[in-house]
Amino acid sequence: MTASVPTPATVPAQAHATAALSLGDDALVLSHRLGEWAGHAPVLEEEVALANIALDLLGQARVLLSLVGDEDELAYLREERAFRNVQLVEQPNGDFAHTIARQLYFSVYQQLLYEQLAADAGSPFAPIAAKAVKEVAYHRDHAEHWTLRLGDGTPESHSRMQRALDALWRFTGELFEPVEGLSVDRDALRDGWLTTVTDAIRRATLTLPDGPQIGAWTAGAGRQGIHTEPFGRMLAEMQHLHRSHPGATW
Amino acid sequence: MTTTAPETGALEAVFEAAVAADERIEPRDWMPDAYRATLVRQIAQHAHSEIIGMQPEANWITRAPSLRRKAILMAKVQDEAGHGLYLYSAAETLGTGRDELLDKLHAGRQRYSSIFNYPTLTWADVGAIGWLVDGAAITNQVPLCRCSYGPYARAMVRICKEESFHQRQGYELLLALSRGTEAQHAMAQDAVNRWWWPSLMMFGPPDDESAHSSQSMAWKIKRHSNDELRQRFVDICVPQAESLGLTLPDPDLRWNEERGHHDFGAIDWDEFHEVLRGNGPCNEQRITQRRRAHEEGAWVREAAAAYATKHAAEHGEATA
Ligand SMILES: [Fe+2]
Ligand SMILES: [Fe+2]
Repeated sequence: MTASVPTPATVPAQAHATAALSLGDDALVLSHRLGEWAGHAPVLEEEVALANIALDLLGQARVLLSLVGDEDELAYLREERAFRNVQLVEQPNGDFAHTIARQLYFSVYQQLLYEQLAADAGSPFAPIAAKAVKEVAYHRDHAEHWTLRLGDGTPESHSRMQRALDALWRFTGELFEPVEGLSVDRDALRDGWLTTVTDAIRRATLTLPDGPQIGAWTAGAGRQGIHTEPFGRMLAEMQHLHRSHPGATW
Repeated sequence: MTTTAPETGALEAVFEAAVAADERIEPRDWMPDAYRATLVRQIAQHAHSEIIGMQPEANWITRAPSLRRKAILMAKVQDEAGHGLYLYSAAETLGTGRDELLDKLHAGRQRYSSIFNYPTLTWADVGAIGWLVDGAAITNQVPLCRCSYGPYARAMVRICKEESFHQRQGYELLLALSRGTEAQHAMAQDAVNRWWWPSLMMFGPPDDESAHSSQSMAWKIKRHSNDELRQRFVDICVPQAESLGLTLPDPDLRWNEERGHHDFGAIDWDEFHEVLRGNGPCNEQRITQRRRAHEEGAWVREAAAAYATKHAAEHGEATA
């Protein structure tokens, strides 16, 4: 595809390439996980909604990866250790509550991050972020609505949603780690995120998890290419066909 | 409200006249019970086919070999979910809700198109489904855009537009494979070999065995016979297969100058009936996945309903 190339830097410096890969891999991997829901969603409207979000994220991933190189080479021919996404987005779908908790944590982060990038005229990511932030606002809205419905729905949905928020909490600290080539106000990002997420969780009659946001050494290292076990299997599935036909075009 | 016999006679006359004049029957118009039942059965089967039909293609979303193809495929599967939504809504205008229809599907009391009981074994199957299965669906469905029942006809206009997009994308996928490496070409040919005959069966049994055809034709729910549509589809596909550089697996396929159509070989109706009876390669798998998604999603739907009830009074103040 032809990526809409940002004006300030057409060939990003090494640091910008790392940043583009980090943001691009986040979008690519979460899109893939959401794509796994196709044909399995709890209600037909969610087949449409989850696919919408997956498609938006895939579109973002393609633009971001294309800043660095060939999108397919990057997606299909890199080894697990070369992926820069946060571990949050690679976590398996789990039940619908886990998917929504992952969406809530990530989309609030992505919206705040992209708002900052869009407002920074000097950032090579400003044009991409400006376009994506509109999509991400919808993703966040979707996640917040479901957090409310599940949290304040039935006793079962309440406890499932609480379990999901708790289980994924330890992957949220990584969102605020520095990313090479990305100049953002990380304190503002963290504060804004915590305020928004706390508000959504309280309105949903749920409790903000109180454990650490970063776990043992494995959690928090996705940006350095250290991932969780399920990610290798995800990549095996995603890359298998492409790798089976070296040099083929599709 | 009870309607007396003479009144019914008058209403029936109005209905018959509207159908004869090619006018649309709308939800609030009087219609014969059998017309309503026929439509519900047909629309439900069509809606079920859309949502079951998501499965064989969704099978390849996580393995799509390029990001461009992955985006196209995800969008396609999403479209099929959208088609399901339009069609369940059309059935709803006849007084039958989605939940009731889904229950019937899950209980095996309503059908979906048998084509989706075949497996997608390679990536090329995604192309073959787009080209042949969406192609056959279009051939079947374009005449439904003029169906006598308004909401169904209007849903079909939207759906047919998207199906023809899917058909072109499938063709283009196969073309890329056919012109690709030897292995890719072989993959495309193999997929076409496996999907060709089941696609021809999508038009239903031959005219002399078709149970529902004549009444549906009279009501202008159906406008062409199964065999007419099947012939039309074969005539469309033959030159397209040539452009693709692929062959169709039928030694008897040839142009008949006199008829102005292609002759083609005998269809294995035993296979058709076997698959219809539940003995296709994926009948069990498809319905099991559908039921499981529904059952595992029950707590989510219950939560949404409970939340809606609790907050019915506040509507829209959620951001306070
Ligand atoms: Fe469809
Ligand atoms: Fe389609």
